Amino acid sequence: MARPLYAVISLRGISGAAIAIAVILPVMIGVVHSALAGFGHMALLGARGPDLDAWRTLLGQPGLWRAVAVSLWTGVAATMISMGLAFGAVAALQDRVSWLRRVLAPLLAAPHAALAIGLAFVIAPSGWIARGLAVGLGWDRPPELATVGDPWGLALILGLVLKEVPFLIVILLGASTQIAMREQMAAGRALGYGRAAVWLWVLVPQLWPLIRLPVMAVLAFSMSVVDTALILGPSNPPTLSVMVARLFADPDLRAMLPASSGALLQLGLTAMAMGLLWAGASVAGIFARAAMRRGVRLRGLDAWLAVPALLLAGLLFLVVLSLAVLALWSVTFTWRWPDPWPQRLSMAAWQGRAGWLSAAQTAFFIALASSGIALILAIGWLEGGDRAGRHGLRGWMRAAVALPLLLPQLSVLIGLSGLLLRLEMAPMIAVVWGHVLFVFPYVMIALAGPWAALDPRMQRTAAALGAGPWRRLLRVKLPVLLAPLMLAAALGFAVSIAQYLPTMFLGGGRVATLTTEAVALSSGSDRRVAAVHATLQAGLPWLVYLAALILPAVIHRNRRALKGEAS
Amino acid sequence: MNPILTAAALMLSVTPVLSQTWEETLDEARGQTVFFHAWGGDQRTNDFIASVGDEVLERHGVTLQHVRIADTADAVARVLAERAAGREKTGGSVDLIWLNGPNFLAMKDQGLLHGPFVANLPNAQWLDLSEGSANTVDFTVPVEGLESPWRLAKFVFNYDSARIAAPPADMAGWLDWAAAHPGRITHPDPANFMGATFLKQALIELAPDDTDLSVPPTDDSFAKATVPLWHWYDALRPNLWRDGRSFPENESIQQQLLNDGEIDMTMSFDPASAAAAIADGLLPETVRVHVPQAGSIGNVSFVAIPVNAAHKAGAKVVADALLAPATQARMQNIEVLGSFSVLDPAKLDATGQAAFAALPTAPALPALSDLGAVLAEPHPDWMTRLTAAWQDRYTR
Repeated sequence: MARPLYAVISLRGISGAAIAIAVILPVMIGVVHSALAGFGHMALLGARGPDLDAWRTLLGQPGLWRAVAVSLWTGVAATMISMGLAFGAVAALQDRVSWLRRVLAPLLAAPHAALAIGLAFVIAPSGWIARGLAVGLGWDRPPELATVGDPWGLALILGLVLKEVPFLIVILLGASTQIAMREQMAAGRALGYGRAAVWLWVLVPQLWPLIRLPVMAVLAFSMSVVDTALILGPSNPPTLSVMVARLFADPDLRAMLPASSGALLQLGLTAMAMGLLWAGASVAGIFARAAMRRGVRLRGLDAWLAVPALLLAGLLFLVVLSLAVLALWSVTFTWRWPDPWPQRLSMAAWQGRAGWLSAAQTAFFIALASSGIALILAIGWLEGGDRAGRHGLRGWMRAAVALPLLLPQLSVLIGLSGLLLRLEMAPMIAVVWGHVLFVFPYVMIALAGPWAALDPRMQRTAAALGAGPWRRLLRVKLPVLLAPLMLAAALGFAVSIAQYLPTMFLGGGRVATLTTEAVALSSGSDRRVAAVHATLQAGLPWLVYLAALILPAVIHRNRRALKGEAS
Repeated sequence: MNPILTAAALMLSVTPVLSQTWEETLDEARGQTVFFHAWGGDQRTNDFIASVGDEVLERHGVTLQHVRIADTADAVARVLAERAAGREKTGGSVDLIWLNGPNFLAMKDQGLLHGPFVANLPNAQWLDLSEGSANTVDFTVPVEGLESPWRLAKFVFNYDSARIAAPPADMAGWLDWAAAHPGRITHPDPANFMGATFLKQALIELAPDDTDLSVPPTDDSFAKATVPLWHWYDALRPNLWRDGRSFPENESIQQQLLNDGEIDMTMSFDPASAAAAIADGLLPETVRVHVPQAGSIGNVSFVAIPVNAAHKAGAKVVADALLAPATQARMQNIEVLGSFSVLDPAKLDATGQAAFAALPTAPALPALSDLGAVLAEPHPDWMTRLTAAWQDRYTR
């Protein structure tokens, strides 16, 4: 039965409006509020700008410029190293793509904070590595080396690289299916170019535009992250993001104004770093083209491709150590320098009233709710697009999903929580909504590809058999898309579990999730309880991923093409 | 302070202002959920609060929700923000706060506290509330019944006797001691309460004799009083852990560093913390407690009810439950929390005294007589200024 035109358009319209109002607008309003308050205008406080007092207070913070420099340096360095390693590792291991994907997938689910807490213990002067060496080297006391919280932020960079390299590799593997990589490599090799040269002269320039957005998102994240910087970063002064988050928590509410200026400074700094990266890529392109024109074949470089592969192996080893040490600490009673292994094991941290159960339940509920809402919004938009004959992710939505990923969370959330002071919103609702802002883009991006790739003949067949659009959606599309739907939801779940700032800022400390508890406990004296929370924080998304892989395979066990990646 | 004002304040603190009887408070409290904003960095304290929660739920039908905050200032900010947003008398999300010192002064000055309520609590009968007692003055600021005491804090050093000799008897001796153990000694970041207390302890010992720390400092008096302190600190700093360039964020992290063998000394506001941590596997058995010869800073931890708390009756029930002799004895039990009680032993009845007499002991647990004199906290403004001045001088 044919439907009237308005009914066909409305689903796209409704879901588009819902996304705009629930996700995009708040993000922009948050930034605008930060901008107003940063220039001294916040009616709630009776501050009527514009003036520069807030900026003066901000600039008067001891160590501000060092904090700015550290943020810029750690963010840019972590991004460049991650990108370089990701390209190098894919170039070195391009024949083992499916193996690579399988190894990296479980690591992607581990949240930054859990990884950082584990890494901090692995690399600390009295950490696992040092304990392993101590007996052999006769170290009576831990070496006097600032390996965590060093003033240069090297530990922070390592922590970020650990997490971003697997992410960028997976992105690169996805992008590399969009270009004729095998053919171009064969052609290049036939012309006498080394593999490294083919990558540098031919493949990287084609892949760069495809991965530019994720790289910029990595940059924005790395420069403005708070939880990882609290755990691994320098302390005196800390990074700009930590400094601004502390200002925000000042008992004097008027500190909201300089905190808002700080949010703007963070925004400007991030934009500047993105510009630098963009310009750097262009300049590199000019040099590369010049070298290419001279026909540099760089065959000697191929031997060096083992370096990024080895570095990747090293990183993965560190990740495994970091996660393993979390599990180990969670069942430890005493474990002192220089023993490489705990003296006494105990389940006390799991059994005690450490509060992990309620934190886990809260985190689970928020993750379930926010990824569910995000999934419904994304399905609404994509299905609406199909019905309107405008398939996939295009138009303003393309830019809109990028926005929450490219803006520093801090800049958005400081403004939003300033606004929330006026609204009587239950903290749990505010937190779920805050999570949706950052979960939705990931779910949308993850779902858009498989949705667009759906074989249109199935729809036509169903329509020819008399199925209306809703019936086609519920009986054909969604069941066929079960595997990608589950994976998108699992990704959203993992993103939500990892969120720190939205929970902290919008929940006002009244909503405790595994992440906020793990971060708070990581600055406590009991590493065992922190390890319990971090283990759960890393384990929960992983279990959900596993379920997302297994369920479609079980449900579609007799449908060969629909089993998803677990088949 | 003006003696008439002081007297008036005292009157206020002992005269029940609200006509509500305790029975009415209990009736109103039944079924309420009290959001108790309290620092959550210590698992034993968290467990103790949870056990008090079980008690008030069972006895009075009050649900206690411990909101674990990293910094008390967060809760103060929340109350301020909510009042600014129009929740002036009720509807606030913070029902009870663990606080003292600058945070109490800030809330009191801005009229953010409900009360006086302490004298109305049935268990306040076991407290020494006479003028000038530790329970009536918080960092030189009169309490005036606006906050109820619950545990005693006294500044002590915990050191690993297997690795290092006891700290010197006075702060001046720290220079040689630190030089003999370079990189093995540190203090928490002065932005943190414990780090600031370390500076205050040093200030009390090192300030010129004519300094009056009980009045708010002026620019001049602050500069004059702190000259010897900064001179001393400049000499000490190069021998600190990480060359005095970075500091543990708080005493919990510092204790973790001691347990990891990265440093040999930590500090605490709880004389029982070392024994408690040893029992819990969080410090080596060889850690012992040290108090400077001249005594150390001591104060009382309080709980207060914000003026806009949504569940004031429930909050009072919790404040009262914290003062029950059996609960205070359990708190002082080294196997539970090991924090010294605020009750006056002389006022306790036989049952209460028996509960305290039956408490176990431990090698790292000092006797009350080992703890030395209690030095009064300077006026809170000294702490604020010390923290800011330290940051200006040493954060680059």
